[in-house]
Amino acid sequence: MVKDNYSIYICGVGGQGIIKTSTIIGEAGMDEGLNVVMSEIHGMSQRGGSVSTEIKIGEYKSSIIEDHTSNMILGFEPLEVVRGLSKANKDTSLVFNTYPIVPAQITGTNSYPNVDSIVSSLKDNYNKVYPVEGSKYAEEAGNILSLNMVLLGSAVAVNSFPIEKENIIKAMKNNLNEKFHKMNLKAFEYGYNAIK
Amino acid sequence: MAYNQLVNGKKGDKHFLLGNEAAVRGAIEAGLSVAATYPGTPSSEIGNILSFIAKDAEIYFEFSTNEKVAMEVVATSAVSGLRSFTFMKHVGLNVASDSFVTTAYSGVKGGMVVLVADDPSVFSSQNEQDTRNYARLANMPLLEPSNPQEVKDMVVYGFELSEELEIPVIVRTTTRVSHMRGIVEFGDIKPQNGKNIEGKHYNVGHFIKNPNAYVPVPANSVGMHKRLTEKIEKLQKKNSSLPINQVVEIKENAKIGVISSSSAYNYAYDVAVLDNLDMKILKLTLSYPTSYDLIYDFIKDLDMVFVVEEVDPICEREVLMTVGMNGLNIPVHGKIDKTFPMVEEFNCDIVREGFNKILNYTDTNISFDLSSSLEKIIDNLPTRAPTLCAGCSHRATYYGVKQALKEAYINEDNVIFASDIGCYTLGLNSPYNIVDYLLSMGSSVGDGCGFAMATDQRVISFIGDSTFFHSGVSPLINAVHNKQNFIVTVLDNRITAMTGGQPNPGMPVDGMGDEAPEISIRELALATGASFVRVINPLNLKQTVDTYKKALENEGVSVIIAKSPCTLIKGVNKKPPVKVNYDKCNKCDSCINNLACPAISKIEGKIVVDTSMCNGCSICSQICNYDAFEIIN
Repeated sequence: MVKDNYSIYICGVGGQGIIKTSTIIGEAGMDEGLNVVMSEIHGMSQRGGSVSTEIKIGEYKSSIIEDHTSNMILGFEPLEVVRGLSKANKDTSLVFNTYPIVPAQITGTNSYPNVDSIVSSLKDNYNKVYPVEGSKYAEEAGNILSLNMVLLGSAVAVNSFPIEKENIIKAMKNNLNEKFHKMNLKAFEYGYNAIK
Repeated sequence: MAYNQLVNGKKGDKHFLLGNEAAVRGAIEAGLSVAATYPGTPSSEIGNILSFIAKDAEIYFEFSTNEKVAMEVVATSAVSGLRSFTFMKHVGLNVASDSFVTTAYSGVKGGMVVLVADDPSVFSSQNEQDTRNYARLANMPLLEPSNPQEVKDMVVYGFELSEELEIPVIVRTTTRVSHMRGIVEFGDIKPQNGKNIEGKHYNVGHFIKNPNAYVPVPANSVGMHKRLTEKIEKLQKKNSSLPINQVVEIKENAKIGVISSSSAYNYAYDVAVLDNLDMKILKLTLSYPTSYDLIYDFIKDLDMVFVVEEVDPICEREVLMTVGMNGLNIPVHGKIDKTFPMVEEFNCDIVREGFNKILNYTDTNISFDLSSSLEKIIDNLPTRAPTLCAGCSHRATYYGVKQALKEAYINEDNVIFASDIGCYTLGLNSPYNIVDYLLSMGSSVGDGCGFAMATDQRVISFIGDSTFFHSGVSPLINAVHNKQNFIVTVLDNRITAMTGGQPNPGMPVDGMGDEAPEISIRELALATGASFVRVINPLNLKQTVDTYKKALENEGVSVIIAKSPCTLIKGVNKKPPVKVNYDKCNKCDSCINNLACPAISKIEGKIVVDTSMCNGCSICSQICNYDAFEIIN
């Protein structure tokens, strides 16, 4: 039976480390004895398109999150959070990086909305909105490539997050290059403290 | 998880695996000796991993030039007694189908599994064809796992079944199964068939001659066909009691039945449980040969049946047949009566909507009132389609072709751009608009032959290096032999890029990382007798434009090989990035509007280069009329 459920929709742009982050969450859930299923889309992801993964924790069989039922949206890019809102309800935790990646634009296409207006309209509509200056923290931790660990830290810091912090850190060590553990842990803690 | 775990992991180990990773473990557990493939999403990771672990796992692995060759490599290994494995995307089976269909006649000695990954909703393909039709066409058993654990288990079972019946077995996945991650518990690893000989890291088999069994000439084929149908009938009987087909009772004594398989089963199960429906589900795993007895036993006392399946209504027709053959009076709801949609992948929302159309038990219209400011943002979201990478040489080639046409006073409307399967298909989008027609792998050259003959328009074809080796060579011979007049562009970026960077015969390395002879595209083109063959560096815009202008004047088949390595290849040296000199920039936006390079954007009215993304291809500086791009040294 489906109980003790938690679902996380993770979205951003190809190349931001979304699949790696999702795998860490899933593996940590497995280590905690939870059932986890996850959906990823590969293929075009390295070509700058929108990318998302869906994680469902609990006795689910399907790995696609139903509309308006996600417990958390973890956004690596503000515009992509807006694109993922069909998965959200009023109580979904919206945790996201505020640094925009502007898609290649040619004359006649929609222009990128102002990030402050995205954040304020999300706050007007949803109860749990957590903007994080993720790219800034990642650079402070040593490299923009640690952005995914900043956001993972922020996700774990949200009260409802179902997996223990130490299990996440264990899965991080198991899935990331040992050479960068120190930087990734630093990034993770920056993200964690930004929310806690 | 490190990939060597797939080789070294012990029985009982649990890992959080992708369906494709689970397929690799399954093949290793089954005692695999030989694997061959041509990469294709959503099955590509299987080959990438096997390429990495082949030597450790004592397996021979190759990236074959195309799926048909892979099928032949694997079929002959299997008929020589080895367990052998090929895997491909759904349309790859079209390429392999000529040999594939006959492998069912000639059969195997060692187990042979053909994993085919369907792509409902077309995440990265050209169509949504349903491989379950091929099982019927070839009369070959088909297994449908629904999650990574089942992928592993069904690959193992597929090998057992294949060896028992001496015919190949298909394992059909979908994108949501191949690219689903879940917990997988490992089993034991069986020893390989065959024997170890010096100088080979994998076991070899032995082919025992038997032309009556293996040579499908008219005198033999009918007998071969008969043997096949007997095997399938035997399996069909057995299928009525196989434990891999399960009845899952959501509620006891339920009067509504659901028949489902693969990823569709997951949605049907979750909706039935979440909505507490009075249902039981027959989950079919060996879905061909269909056991009509099994279906009859499940439906005979029901009030109604839903068939939940993705893409074609194949199982639904078989359920309707069962109803008809047995004179039952039970309504069957599926795609044919429009309970469920005919196209695209399913999800829980779609399945719930279908159930609700008939059962009318819930309000499926959930709506959220959002503020007008957020509605406005949502309504005007800029799209983020996949694009050619910063520094991609295809962008340079495309710009060069268009520039050559302009300089030769040829109107683009009178030029047909025949394209092919690869990253360069992204040339469909603005501002490139350089893809007019596309059918399949290698079709750009055959399409070029047809358009050049059938119209009074010019034709320029585009094909990648790997796609050229896959199925571009034989239509090029056709073009020259039939005296056509058009330009073939081989976009040679020195890798199979779109599927994640696999080697191809144009590179000096094989699928196991060993040195290999490099096949020259130029020499192949010259050997066909094409009257104009040139190799260009597309990042040299002037050379590109001049070469195309010359080719446009050439009578006959011209082959232009635009050779420049993909920027995603590890170890390719990045050139220094560019920056904008704002004293020179005239704000004409020509760079933005002609190149659509992801490293160049317009922020608050100013052209800005993201230097972390820029690969220094310098095309922007070559096209800028004001010399506003400067290389950062």
